[in-house]
Amino acid sequence: MGLWHYQIVAGILFMLGVLGVLTRRNMIVMFMCIELMLNAANLSLVAFSRAWGNLDGQIFAFMVIVVAAVEVAVGLAIMISLVRNRDTINIEDVSLLKW
Amino acid sequence: MPEALFWTFSSLSIISAIFVILNVRNAVNSALSLVVCMLSLAVLFVLLNAEFIGVLQVMVYAGAIVVLFLFVVMLLNLRGGRMGSEGQPLLKVLSVLITLGATAKLASLLAQPARPWPDLPDGFGTVEQVGRVFYTDYMLAFQVAGVLLLAGIVGAVMLAKRSID
Repeated sequence: MGLWHYQIVAGILFMLGVLGVLTRRNMIVMFMCIELMLNAANLSLVAFSRAWGNLDGQIFAFMVIVVAAVEVAVGLAIMISLVRNRDTINIEDVSLLKW
Repeated sequence: MPEALFWTFSSLSIISAIFVILNVRNAVNSALSLVVCMLSLAVLFVLLNAEFIGVLQVMVYAGAIVVLFLFVVMLLNLRGGRMGSEGQPLLKVLSVLITLGATAKLASLLAQPARPWPDLPDGFGTVEQVGRVFYTDYMLAFQVAGVLLLAGIVGAVMLAKRSID
């Protein structure tokens, strides 16, 4: 299996994440799709790291995992306080700042 | 053997990613599909000689992040009307078309001739080697990641608190 096989899998996963964020209106599922995109980027980084025999790509993947963990913790806390205040989790109901 | 593993787990990850998106009724099912996707990606990482990242993927994503998702879904207990509508069919058709076009473009960009994998030094991707790079070349980034995690913990606690004294 060559490098491009892994890159194509990563691209398909990334596009599925984009599709989920564009079509779903449930904020929790949109968050899951963002995680999907971050994972696709990780797969791409690790595959390039293997192809060049260089560990820097794996360091980047580690950093992406750290940022994803922090992002999920803060985002889900925001969602809890949103449900507490507005009693909704639909992105359409939270459009005060929408242009 | 690695080829069979690659085809099995890459198709499994893509199929479970599709199930994450398609499951409209219940967010718990989406989270469980996400676990399958993360675990099959961990297998792909191990196939790419990134054992440390694979273990982290299982521990952090499948072990912590998805559990947090499930915890919040069950805490909020959103059902029926409060989930809101998933309407706007025109927007959905448009997004599907845009995504298909972008995927085709990406696949055409990526359809390059195959190149062989290079030979790797001993212990590539093990905890020892990754740790050696981390504690020498990327020391500052490692410490900044620690500060970021601390800020995330404090921020999450403050946001989820019922009242701020």
